[in-house]
Formats: sequence, C-alpha cells, structure tokens
Amino acid sequence: MAEPTANGVGMPQLDVTTFSNQIFWLIVTLAVLYYIMSRVALPRIASVLADRRGTITSDIAAAEEYKQKAREAEEAYTKALADARAEANRIIEAARAEMQAELDVQMEKADAEISAKAAESERRIRDIRDSAMDMVSEVSNDITVDILSAFDAKADKARVTSAVSERLKGGA
Amino acid sequence: MKRPGQASVRNKGTETVASENTGFEIKPMEQFEVKALFGGDISWYTPTNVTLWMALTVLAASALMIFGARGRALVPSRAQSAAELTYGFVHNMVKDVAGHDAVRFFPHIFTLFMFVLFANLLGLIPFAFTTTSHIAVTAVLALTVFLSVTALGFILNGAKFLGLFWVSSAPLALRPVLALIELISYFARPISHSIRLAGAMMAGHAVAKVFAGFAGALGAAFFVPVLAVTALYALELLVAVIQAYVFTILTCVYLRDALHPSH
Amino acid sequence: MEGDIAEMGKFIGVGLTAIGMGGAAIGVGNIAGNFLSGALRNPSAAAGQTAMLFIGIAFAEALGIFSFLVALLLMFAV
Repeated sequence: MAEPTANGVGMPQLDVTTFSNQIFWLIVTLAVLYYIMSRVALPRIASVLADRRGTITSDIAAAEEYKQKAREAEEAYTKALADARAEANRIIEAARAEMQAELDVQMEKADAEISAKAAESERRIRDIRDSAMDMVSEVSNDITVDILSAFDAKADKARVTSAVSERLKGGA
Repeated sequence: MKRPGQASVRNKGTETVASENTGFEIKPMEQFEVKALFGGDISWYTPTNVTLWMALTVLAASALMIFGARGRALVPSRAQSAAELTYGFVHNMVKDVAGHDAVRFFPHIFTLFMFVLFANLLGLIPFAFTTTSHIAVTAVLALTVFLSVTALGFILNGAKFLGLFWVSSAPLALRPVLALIELISYFARPISHSIRLAGAMMAGHAVAKVFAGFAGALGAAFFVPVLAVTALYALELLVAVIQAYVFTILTCVYLRDALHPSH
Repeated sequence: MEGDIAEMGKFIGVGLTAIGMGGAAIGVGNIAGNFLSGALRNPSAAAGQTAMLFIGIAFAEALGIFSFLVALLLMFAV
C-alpha cells in the first residue's frame, strides 16, 4: 500500500515535492492579506467604530442637555401655573369682597326702607284703630240713647257716655 | 495492496480503500492532492490549486472586511455588522487573553484568524481544496507564530523570558524537573498547534468523503449516508469556525507568555 | 501471502490507534460537562471562562487528532 506514486506517497500531505510550492504561495497570501487588512480594512473599520462611539457619546450628551432644558421648562411652566393660580385667587377674593360690600350697603338700605315703611304702616294702623274706637264709643252712645229713649227712659247724656266708656273699657 | 491490474495514475497520491472488483472505491485522500492548475510539473512557483484557493481566501476575507464595510454607515448594514462583529470579536480576544499591550499585534493576529477561518470555510464547498488541511501550510503558520513569539519574548524581556520555564511557585527541588517539562511542552507547541488544525480539517473532509462514497455503494439506501453527510457537514461548519478560533486564541496565549513571562 | 499478513497487521494497528480517539472524546466530554456544571452553579462567571473552555477542549482534542494522524499515517504512508 505504501509504494509511492510517481508524485510521492499515499498521503498528499506528506508529499514533500509540493511543500515548496505550498509554502511559497502561503507566504505570498499572508503578505497580501496582511497588507490589505492592516492598510485598508482594519483602519477603516476602526474609524467607523470610533465615529460611532463619538456620535453615541455626543448624542447622549445632547440628550442629557435636552433633558435638562425640558426639566427647566417644566419648572418654569409649573411656576407660571402657580403664579396664575395665585393671581386668579386674589382676583376672585377681591371681587368677592367688593360684592360683599355692595351687598351689605344694599341690604342696609333695604332694611332702612323696610323699617321706615313698617313704621308708617304701624302708625296708620294705629290711627285707624283709634278712629275706629272713637266711632265705636260714639255709636254705642247713640245706640244706648236710642235704646233708652225706646224704653221711654230719660237718658242723661253725660251719664250714658261715662257708663258706655266704662263698659267698653271693661269689655275691651 | 497495489495489484498489477490496478491503474496507478500519475499525480494521484491516493490509494483505493476497497478493491476495484466490487465496483466500489472510495478515495478519501484524493481531495487533498496538490495539482498544477495548467498541467505540468509542480515547482515552487507553479500556480496550483493551492494558489487558487488561497487567492479565493484573500478575496473572501477582503470582500467581508472591505466591501462589507464600505458603507461606513453609522447604523450598519448586515454585511457591515458582520465585519464589525468579526473585528470586535478578535479585538476583544486579543485584549482579554493576551493583555492590553498586545493590541499592537492585533493586525497580525487578525490576518491569521481571517486566513484560517476563510480557508476552513471555503474548504467546505464541494470540490474545493482545503489549504489548511495541509501540514506544510499549518506548520508554516504555527512556526511563524512560535518563532516570532519566542523572538519577541527575548527582545522584550531579555533573559527574564527564561523565567517562563522556572516555576517560582513550586518547591525548589521540583523546579528543574518542571523546567524540563515546561521546556518540552514549549517546543511541542508548534507541533500541536499545526497538527491540530491540519488534522481536524483532514479528518472531517476524509470522513465526509468516505460517507459520500457509501452513498454510491448502497444503491437504494443511498439516503442514509446522505443524511449522515448532511449532519457531518453541520458539524464540520462548527469545527471550521472553532478551529480558527482555537488557532487564534492559542496564538494569543503564546503571545501573553511572551509579553508577561513570569508565572 | 507474506504481504497480506503485513497488510492485516497494519489494519489491526490502524484500528487500535483509532481507539485513542475515544480517549480524546472522553476528555472533551469531561471538560464540557465540568464547564457546564460549574456554569450552572455560578452563571455570572461562566461568560468570562468560555475562552478557557475552548483552550481546554483544543488541548484535549489535539491528542485525539494525533492518534487519528497516526492512524492515517499507518493507513496511507507506511
């Protein structure tokens, strides 16, 4: 099995006659590949990676800045909102006080008017009652005199009057 | 085993596994033959299939690393992503295994990795020639690593590089014995480094070829070996990448020893 | 006839050498299994040690490949 063919031995790997050829082409290949990789490919990829890292870093910084700005804007907004709310409260309070004052004045006026009117009414009621009382006593006198005359009794006007008024006072 | 009737073809350094009279022959080693591309004898400069497949290796590596990454986009395309991942993978490996001061040798190690990786992967194409299955190729690679790492160790550390063999943490009596063992294992490095790669490549391809040969012999049951070859092919794909990784990571380990020889 | 006996011895030798690859298989399985059991105990430390895993596998595997190589040499080159 082991007889060498014209070219070498049974295993092509052990065929020494091709070694010089393989080694020569291997060295050429490695030199070319090393040249391509170290001069072109690797610097290019390294620069791309560095660019990306730089971009990412600056983007993160920019994002941080924007975040800061947003936070500031939010603070300003909150402050403005609080101010506006305070201002609105103040205005409402003032309006309410003004209205209350106005209301009080009006109420006082109305009360005064009402009490004046009530006093007037009371006075008139009293007048009416007084006059009514006078008329009652007068009518009673007249009726009493009439009744007495109907009974043919002589009626003294002064006695009748005093008796009626005494009666009215007692009855009242 | 060679019988008179058997044809002995020139330039065919293979043997048939089975005899011819069964009509069934598998030549697992035929695929490893070095052949001149344009015929004729092979001298050191003849363009052979070695030349062809090494050139294709360079083309494939360049295609990935240059054309894949040509967009230089901030958000990478798929090919650019692959190129950048390869770059990052090897870069991290050099940094983690060999140390930060080894990053200046990154282009060398990267070249080595790309060559081995693409030679292994291209060898998996049917009818391809696997350059890394040849001991001559891997021995040159391993010897290059070994010699340059040793030279680097002596240049950077001077005589202190010999401290690599003098295990100062061991008991004094044991140290000469350990030094001998360390020395032997140091010189065995290029051997195992090269034979591991060539052997793994050769083994996988030869086994695939044998299984493929069964398919022709089994007739109607041909699909069994075809399934086996399919499974084997997936394994070989894994082996191709892992061997490239292992070759590179061992280079990094040796480089670390050269840069920091103290145990 | 004499050549055939030599041939037979060679094939027996090749077969015996191939047993060596089983040893490498055991070794690789051992490494991977121990790595896995360690990784399951402390998953956070596992990622940093995959390089060591592959280096260990490579060393163990190399010996199997040596025996495979001896088999090939016996088969084709002796």
